Amino acid sequence: MSEDAEGTNTKTMTIIVTKGTLDWAYPPFILGSTAAAMGVDVQMFFTFYGLTLLKKDLNLKVSPLGNPAMEMPMMGGHMSMPNIMGVMPGVTSLASTMMKNMTKKKGVASIEELRDMAVEADVKMVACQMTLDLFEYSKKDLIDDIELGGAATYIDMALKSDVNLFI
Amino acid sequence: MADVMLDAKGLNCPLPILKAKKAIKTVPSGGTLEVLSTDPGSVADFAAFCRTTGNELLESGQDGDTYRFVIKHV
Repeated sequence: MSEDAEGTNTKTMTIIVTKGTLDWAYPPFILGSTAAAMGVDVQMFFTFYGLTLLKKDLNLKVSPLGNPAMEMPMMGGHMSMPNIMGVMPGVTSLASTMMKNMTKKKGVASIEELRDMAVEADVKMVACQMTLDLFEYSKKDLIDDIELGGAATYIDMALKSDVNLFI
Repeated sequence: MADVMLDAKGLNCPLPILKAKKAIKTVPSGGTLEVLSTDPGSVADFAAFCRTTGNELLESGQDGDTYRFVIKHV
């Protein structure tokens, strides 16, 4: 718990975001934006593949490969794709398009929408400098409202925080 | 009649909460916000939202497939 200028206790939460696929992008952005809406001070730390979620233009994908739990509602039932199909060209795009259509139909926010709301609610987004160097991204590839930092930046925040999540 | 109305019907988690948070900023202190939702999860979520933010959940009810919440901005 940290004390702000008014002397009131504001709860704080950190989220380490390590994955950049369409499905894994949802939990951190849902929890981050909702916590901020509930008055929590939120810091999100984007590292490894999670860093791509800060790119200006998102084109997120989900693959059924190696994910037997991914069942799509189909004709009143559910269908999962055999792994061998997952390696075929075009299957990743197909699965991604299907999931994006499903989210739209069910009134689920897009990742872009959730990210905008998180930024608007003053969620502090930190991009991992090492990941930027490793995958040769530059800060100008990413949205404007971010800071750069490393492990120590995260630990410093996490030690003072009420909730710390690794996603 | 609430001071501000929010129609969150058709929206799924966490959009009703995020939109309610935005809407409640426009409600004067002591005023009320009425939210309509079709997300069954929003019953537990609005109770939790109010517990955490200190706003008061005056009403939580259901009419057919529509859930109705009245929140007092504290």
